[in-house]
Amino acid sequence: MNRRLESRLQPAIEPILVNNPVTLHVLGICSALAVTTSLATSLVMSAALICVLTLSSGIISLIRRHIPRSIRLIVQITIIASLVIVVDQLLQAYLFDMSKRLSVFVGLIVTNCIVLGRAEAFAMHNPPGASLLDGLGNGLGYAWILVAIGTVRELLGKGTLLGADVLALADNGGWFTPLEMMTLPPSAFFLLALLVWGVRTIRREQVEPVLVDEPGDKAAPR
Amino acid sequence: MTELLLHSIFTDNLALAYFLGMCTFLAVSRRLEVAFGLGLAMIVVETITVPICNLIYRWLLRDGALAWAGRSDLDLSFLMLIATIGVIAATVQILEMVLDRFFPGLYRSLGIYLPLIAVNCAILGASLFMVERRYDLAESVVYGFGSGLGWALAIWALAAMRERIDESRVPEGLRGLGLAFVLTGLMSMGFAVFGGLKF
Repeated sequence: MNRRLESRLQPAIEPILVNNPVTLHVLGICSALAVTTSLATSLVMSAALICVLTLSSGIISLIRRHIPRSIRLIVQITIIASLVIVVDQLLQAYLFDMSKRLSVFVGLIVTNCIVLGRAEAFAMHNPPGASLLDGLGNGLGYAWILVAIGTVRELLGKGTLLGADVLALADNGGWFTPLEMMTLPPSAFFLLALLVWGVRTIRREQVEPVLVDEPGDKAAPR
Repeated sequence: MTELLLHSIFTDNLALAYFLGMCTFLAVSRRLEVAFGLGLAMIVVETITVPICNLIYRWLLRDGALAWAGRSDLDLSFLMLIATIGVIAATVQILEMVLDRFFPGLYRSLGIYLPLIAVNCAILGASLFMVERRYDLAESVVYGFGSGLGWALAIWALAAMRERIDESRVPEGLRGLGLAFVLTGLMSMGFAVFGGLKF
């Protein structure tokens, strides 16, 4: 029973670490970097992406037999864009400040390659249940990276978490001087590089092969 | 205008300051030749789509835009996202056909990159920024061209560096993607310094 449940949940669990969409497939990087200046924006963005990804995978999988091959991209994009518009309007209605801070990046979920990628690679060939789980898993895989980077950037850049003081700032008589660098774009690239390095040190099969093949180099092809 | 142009190329660089188009940026920057073609295609498509989106937004979608049709009570700005995507996809498709018909040489070198661009978030992002910052038509032409050129410069520079660095011995886990991130981060710092200039 346990085994069966495990294989059922496979599509949801695998993308979280093993097949992570961000560190392995380099998908959805844009928003992963842009909204991580604070933990709150990372959380909202993750939630928005998980909703869109799960629902779009489910819906596309439901109608997958009725989508003509030649116009499938347009159909998929239209479904995704409609979901994004709904999420965007909801954010504007209930979390207006947050939607101002996220700026255009909620809208950019439309072209987030994770969403289109999962629709094309998984939802078009699998039943709705599995597709929902696959969307959820990939969303979570994306979310933990966003949250991890967001936590580090906010903690080291401002000494706060979710706006609450965690490290005592030097300005207020504490010991911590905020690293301005962490609030600027370059730090996101460096943190993601470290993260990728870490994941690939633990899971060595994800190391990229050198372009010019050296004899004896047995790195797995991507 | 000059200020807007220089800002969109350097300080507000779409790739390095706003992280837009990163997937393509990282995936297609292993070879300089390929990156060159993609950069050119990007400039062309952005210079066309941003002004078109500006016209659509101004005359059809924004609050009260339909006053010329006697429906000044309509606010269709929530449709901007779908309209933009449609414009980008259509532009790319038409451009592909025009190039194929009239400039076969150019088509052969640019053609394969055009479909890639249709799902590039830098273009969508530029159009959405155009709306958010309320550019007029002339400004949006300048902004489209400038941001396209900025993105292209960034990918050309990154591709040149990656070609070189492929020949060095680096820690295994960093090879490829990891190093590309580090390089992009360094470039991003460099471009950020332009922010200190007074144009």
